[in-house]
Amino acid sequence: MQKTWNNKAWFLVLPVLLLVAFSAVIPLMTVVNYSVQDTFGNNEFFWNGTDWFTEILHSDRFWDALVRNLSFSVIILAIEIPLGIVIALNMPKKGVGVSVCLVLMALPLLIPWNVVGTIWQVFGRVDIGLLGHTLEALGINYNYTQDPFAAWITVIVMDVWHWTSLVVLLCYAGLVSIPDAYYQAAKIDGASRWSVFRYIQLPKMKRVLLIAVLLRFMDSFMIYTEPFVVTGGGPGNSTTFLSIDLVKMAVGQFDLGPAAAMSIIYFLIILLLSWVFYTVMTQSDAEA
Amino acid sequence: MARIDLDHIRHAYGAKPTRESDYALKEVHHSWNDGGAYALLGPSGCGKTTLLNIISGLLHPSEGRILFNGKDVTNLSTQERNIAQVFQFPVIYDTMTVYDNLAFPLRNRHVPEAEVNRRVNEILDMTGLSDMARRRARGLTADQKQKISLGRGLVRNDVNAILFDEPLTVIDPHMKWVLRSQLKRLHRQFGFTMVYVTHDQTEALTFADKVVVMYDGQIVQIGTPAELFERPSHTFVGYFIGSPGMNFMEARVDGTSATVGSQSIALAYAPAVGGAQKIELGIRPEFVRLQREGLPVRIGKVEDIGRQRIVRAEFEGKPLAVVVPEGMDIPADPRVQFDTSAINIYADSWRVGSEG
Repeated sequence: MQKTWNNKAWFLVLPVLLLVAFSAVIPLMTVVNYSVQDTFGNNEFFWNGTDWFTEILHSDRFWDALVRNLSFSVIILAIEIPLGIVIALNMPKKGVGVSVCLVLMALPLLIPWNVVGTIWQVFGRVDIGLLGHTLEALGINYNYTQDPFAAWITVIVMDVWHWTSLVVLLCYAGLVSIPDAYYQAAKIDGASRWSVFRYIQLPKMKRVLLIAVLLRFMDSFMIYTEPFVVTGGGPGNSTTFLSIDLVKMAVGQFDLGPAAAMSIIYFLIILLLSWVFYTVMTQSDAEA
Repeated sequence: MARIDLDHIRHAYGAKPTRESDYALKEVHHSWNDGGAYALLGPSGCGKTTLLNIISGLLHPSEGRILFNGKDVTNLSTQERNIAQVFQFPVIYDTMTVYDNLAFPLRNRHVPEAEVNRRVNEILDMTGLSDMARRRARGLTADQKQKISLGRGLVRNDVNAILFDEPLTVIDPHMKWVLRSQLKRLHRQFGFTMVYVTHDQTEALTFADKVVVMYDGQIVQIGTPAELFERPSHTFVGYFIGSPGMNFMEARVDGTSATVGSQSIALAYAPAVGGAQKIELGIRPEFVRLQREGLPVRIGKVEDIGRQRIVRAEFEGKPLAVVVPEGMDIPADPRVQFDTSAINIYADSWRVGSEG
C-alpha cells in the first residue's frame, strides 16, 4: 500500500505540543539548567557538572527527609486503604442514606489544603483548641509544637481525616458495580461473609484500589501545605518532608542549584515508585 | 430431593400493596412433585424469576408459605433450604481456578476433600472442562463461564431442588442442545427436582415433563407439552405456545355450533359459556385445512419457512393463519375447513368445557 504523507497534519498536533512545552517541558528544563550550574548573582552562571547531585545524595538532610516522607506515606496508606474499604463496605447501597453518605464523604475533599491545615492547627492547640485543650485537661501530654510524636500524630490524623473519603468513594464505586446475582450466587453456594469479601468484593475493587493507592501515594509523597501550616516542619525537623525541605532550600536559603538537583531527584523517585506500584499491581492482575 | 409446596404465595415488591396490580405474583398455589422436571414458561416480567427466588429463599414472599416435604421453610435462609440455583448470566469467582470454583459450594459446607475431588472431577467431565481445571476462571468465554455456573449448581448431590433461571441465554444454539440433553440425562440419573425458567418455548417443551405457563403474575396452565398444544386453558397459552400461535376469533355460541361473522362452524361439544362477556373460538393453524370446499377465505401472504408454509389469510374479516405442508398447492379459490376436535371455545379468555 502506498503511504500518503500529509505534513499539514502536524499543525493539528502543534497546539498541544506548545501547551505541553510551556507548561511542563520548558519549566522542567529550566530546573535541569539550574541543577548543573552555580551562580553568585549578577546573572552569571558557571558550569558545575553533577556536583549538586553528588552533594544532595550525600547529605543527611536529604536522606532524613526522604525516610520521613516514605514513613509518612506508608503509614497513611496502611490506615486509609483498609479504613476506606471498611467504610465503603458499610455504606448503604440504596435509599436516601446513599446520598447522605456520599455528601458527607465528599465534604472533606471540598476543603482546600491550607484550610484543612488551619482547622487542625487551631483544633489541636493546647490553649484554645477543642482537641488540644481536652487532651490537656485529661492529663495527656499533647503539644504538637514541642513534641515530635504529637506532631506526627496530628499530621497523620489530619491526612486520614482529609483523604480517607477519596478511598471510600473509589471503593464504593467499585462495590456498587457488582451485580446482585453475585451475592445471590454466593448465598446459594453457602459462602461466608469473609468469602464474599475475599472472592467477590475484593477482586471487583482491585482496579479502583490500584488507583486509590497510586493517588494517595503520590499525593502523600508530595505533601506540603498541611504540615507547613500546622507544624511548619517542626518541632525541629521532625515533620520536614521532602517538599518542605525543598522550599526551605530554594526560597529560604536561595540555594537554587542544590534545590534544582533535589527537585529532579525527587521527581525521579516519584516517577520510579509510581511505575513500580503500577507494574506490580497490573502484573498481578494479568497473572490472575 | 423434596416435594415443594407453594401455599397461596403472593408477593409485592413495594412495601404496602393495596391494589391487585401492586403484586408481582398474584397468587400461586402449586406443588412441585419430588423428582419432577418442570419448566416455568412465560414472557419477560410475568413473575417467573420472582417465584424462583421465593422458592430458593432469596426473596421472602409477602404472603403465603413454602413447604419442603411438608415442612414449613418460609423463614429459613437460602443456605438452610439447601437449594442450588443457576442464574441467567454467568457468576464465577474470577480469582479462583475452574476447579476451585466448582469446589466452592462443597468446601463451604465442609465436605471432605476426597469427596470434593471426586464430585468436582465428575462435573468437569460432564461439562467438558477437564483440561482447563487448573486455569483461572477469568478470561474464559461466556459459555465456559456459564458451564462453571451450571456445574456449581450440580456439584452438590444432596440438594432439595435445582432451580435454573434462563441459564442458557448466553450460550450459543449448538451448545444449548448439548447442555440441555446433559441436564436431562442428569435428571434421569439423579432424580433431582428441577425447575427451569425460560421464555423460550422450545427449551421448555424439550426439557420438561410438565410445563407451567405464567402470565401476569399468575399460573395460567400446568400441563404436559401435548396438553398445552392441544388444549390451552387460556388464550395466552394458545398464543404463546406454538409458532405461529393459535388463531382466535370472536364468536357466538349456540348449542353445538359457533358463528363467526356470517359463517357457522360445528363444534364437537356444547361449551358452557354462561354469561361470558367475550366468547372466542380458538384453533391452531396446524388444524386448519386449506382446500377447495368449505368456508371462504382471502389469502394475504404466504411465508415459506422450509418444511412448511404459513398462509396468512383473512376469514370473515379476521386474520387466520394456516399451516400448509410442503408440496401442497394453494387453490385458486381457497376455502378452509376446521378440524372439529381441535376447536376450543374461550369465555373471557379462559377455556370452557362442555355443558353439564
